[in-house]
Amino acid sequence: MTEEYLELVSARINNIAGHDSAVEEAKLNFGKPMVTISTENWTQDTARMLHDDPELKFNFLSCLTGIDYEEHMEVVYNLYSIPHNQYLYVKVKTPRDNPEVQSVQPVWKTADWLERETYDLLGISFPGHRNLKRILLEDDWEGHPLRKDYVTDKKAMGLD
Amino acid sequence: MSIRTEQMTLNMGPQHPSTHGVFRLVLTIEGETIVKAEPVIGYLHRGSEKLAENLLYTQFIPYTDRLDYLNAMTNNYIYCAGVEELLDWEIPERAEYLRVLVMELNRIASHLVWWGTFLLDIGALSPFLYAFRDRDLILDRLNEISGARMTFNYVRIGGVKWDAPDGWIEKVQETVKEVRENIHEYDRLVTGNEIFQARTIGVGKITQEDAINWGLSGPIARGSGLKFDLRKEEPYSIYDRFDFDVPTFQEGDVYARYKTRIAEMHESLKIIEQACADIPDGEYIHKKGKRIMMIKPKPGEVYKRCEASKGEIGVYIVSDGKTQPYRVKLRRPSFVNVQILQDYLVGEPIANLVAIFGSLDIVLGEVDA
Amino acid sequence: MELLMMVVYAVTVLMLLLGAVTYSILFERKVIGYMQVRHGPNRHGPFGMLQTIADVSKLLMKEDVIPKAADRPIFILAPVVAFVPAFAIFATIAWSENIYAADLNIGVLYFIGISSITTLGVIMGGWSSNNKYSLMGAMRGVAQVISYEIPLVLSIVGVVILAGTLNFREIVLYQETIGLWLIIPQFLAFLVYMIAAIAELNRSPFDLPEAESELVSGYHTEYSGFRFAFFMLAEYTYALAISALATTLFLGGWLGPAFLPGIVWFLLKMCGFMFIWFWLRATLPRARVDHLMGFGWKVLIPLALLNIVVTAVIKVWMGW
Repeated sequence: MTEEYLELVSARINNIAGHDSAVEEAKLNFGKPMVTISTENWTQDTARMLHDDPELKFNFLSCLTGIDYEEHMEVVYNLYSIPHNQYLYVKVKTPRDNPEVQSVQPVWKTADWLERETYDLLGISFPGHRNLKRILLEDDWEGHPLRKDYVTDKKAMGLD
Repeated sequence: MSIRTEQMTLNMGPQHPSTHGVFRLVLTIEGETIVKAEPVIGYLHRGSEKLAENLLYTQFIPYTDRLDYLNAMTNNYIYCAGVEELLDWEIPERAEYLRVLVMELNRIASHLVWWGTFLLDIGALSPFLYAFRDRDLILDRLNEISGARMTFNYVRIGGVKWDAPDGWIEKVQETVKEVRENIHEYDRLVTGNEIFQARTIGVGKITQEDAINWGLSGPIARGSGLKFDLRKEEPYSIYDRFDFDVPTFQEGDVYARYKTRIAEMHESLKIIEQACADIPDGEYIHKKGKRIMMIKPKPGEVYKRCEASKGEIGVYIVSDGKTQPYRVKLRRPSFVNVQILQDYLVGEPIANLVAIFGSLDIVLGEVDA
Repeated sequence: MELLMMVVYAVTVLMLLLGAVTYSILFERKVIGYMQVRHGPNRHGPFGMLQTIADVSKLLMKEDVIPKAADRPIFILAPVVAFVPAFAIFATIAWSENIYAADLNIGVLYFIGISSITTLGVIMGGWSSNNKYSLMGAMRGVAQVISYEIPLVLSIVGVVILAGTLNFREIVLYQETIGLWLIIPQFLAFLVYMIAAIAELNRSPFDLPEAESELVSGYHTEYSGFRFAFFMLAEYTYALAISALATTLFLGGWLGPAFLPGIVWFLLKMCGFMFIWFWLRATLPRARVDHLMGFGWKVLIPLALLNIVVTAVIKVWMGW
């Protein structure tokens, strides 16, 4: 059942992208489908399809995570379909020097602050977001703390 | 001739009696009607996720206590459950029962704090003190088992820290009876009150579609008619063994959220009673969890979520096979729930602001992480 | 000589009033304390008798803070303007058959007229503080007090029609003659009066002008120290005055079984009223400002008018 879902999701995403290689990797992660795609193939149409498609209906964005893998960055969407009781991990890869992932805020409003948080802490920008600015840190904060190369200025923070 | 009016900016918070901590709302108001609301958060940001990357897996547990400090047991649990999934450990049955007991007790304590403070926002003084009286009964039980009143650090990777002290289960059963009686009393004091109903019915309506789209969960979503509770839909721990309902109300207003939480407290009491009756003897922690401090999960990543008192709490853990997590992302329900304020306050009078804001039940420690 | 007597009386009443306010605050805290399963103040003196005195001393010794952007003269004047009328209305109250200051034949009119000035203190305080919360609190306060003054006065009219006088003493004496406290024939008026009085006093559940969960502290947000104490004093003095008025109009003033002197009955009845207000404060949530206005204009005023018509009809036809 879950494998079928994985294939279905991959097929749909490839269909939207218009070529067969949009889904770079499709596997089961702890029994739940996980697809990896690169940022060029992650468009609002793809997100809209995942949300609207009657067979998928991933209407609940549970979590949105950014991860810094040092050679590239990833944004992980944990989608959940309430009508079908199905999970989906969508991993979107983006280069580290200019991290950019299409915003899904217009599709899932949940993403509003979650994307702002990811932008704030990891410096991944989300074109298409209605109000992308820092949320947890001050507006004039330098750097993005959750990046692996972030150096904590202990002196400035009064820790040294 | 019409009177010339002007919009004005009102800074509500970070120091304000009804923002429950350091939350700030920049309001643009016209008279007493809100035209624009912009929540500003981050005053309590401690960088928990960054801290996690520099700590051992076990060392991060106390930090989860400080997210939603009113419901710390569930935070402990979800983090440990995430790590356990990566480790693939079998958890002893008694440990699971103890976890359910403390989590449900904590859920009631959390709802009681909400009940008291929400009514304080609405302007009733006494419920606050009643709620804290009962909450203290529950905190005493949690104190006896964990050694702390709020930041428990009790649920550990592989089980729980200690077994319950002698006679604890009986004490819990007593407490359940007393609390149930008192909740009925609270219901009689407040729920039917005309002023209370006038202030809550029809205020802050959220439709079911909006609730899903905004990622709302927990009592807020259930108050909007979405019958969804992770304890029921995908039972984690041992929730599939208990018989309980998922209270759902269709209206989606403040009053519906209020009733959902009151009903939920009764359901939690039911679960506690059943758990007290069924709890088996045995180990309270996985044998490795008792001895090993340095845990090394295999490389991989997992997202795990469960039902906290505020909604769905989740944790995304990435392991690179070392003793420290590579990345820990916390999905905090308060953080997700509170963002609806920017859209839902527009057009409301200031008096409704406190009712709507109060009905969301947020904890700033969790919003700011 | 007469002037001297007046001054002596006024000073005595002021002193007694300060004592009464002190202990009504303690009474309130004790009552609410016990209703909320706690003890209330009990550290200073037996039963916390000295608690309010300690609080007031603290307030008096505090630094006098005036915000830089405030309108100084008005800011300073506001607490005084709030307090003076609340105190002045005590002149007409007849505590017993022969303890009174001014036997004014338009006592009711004087009472209502002078007490309205208190509102001016509220708006002056709110406006001059130059604080948005204060301003909103003051606006709410003025709107509320003016709206509720109408049903309050209209409910008194019923009593005046029956008694045929505006003199407080004569109203009580009238109740003695007919052998009935006016709360019975004027029950509707009494209800309207009680509700309107709560709104008029800005007490819970109608304490919107100082709703702390919405407006921090309303019109006196910026006040501290003895100026704040003055506002509190005005509030409680006014509360005492309103309960004294209710006692006179509806509960037969000093009338009561002869084993206690008249003034004691009067004070006991006042305490009864105060207790009801404290009780409501411990029980009810706060009403919303638009509901409150709607209730005042759409429910209380028509009811009070109905009462006047019915009373007039009864008076004329039944010849009471």
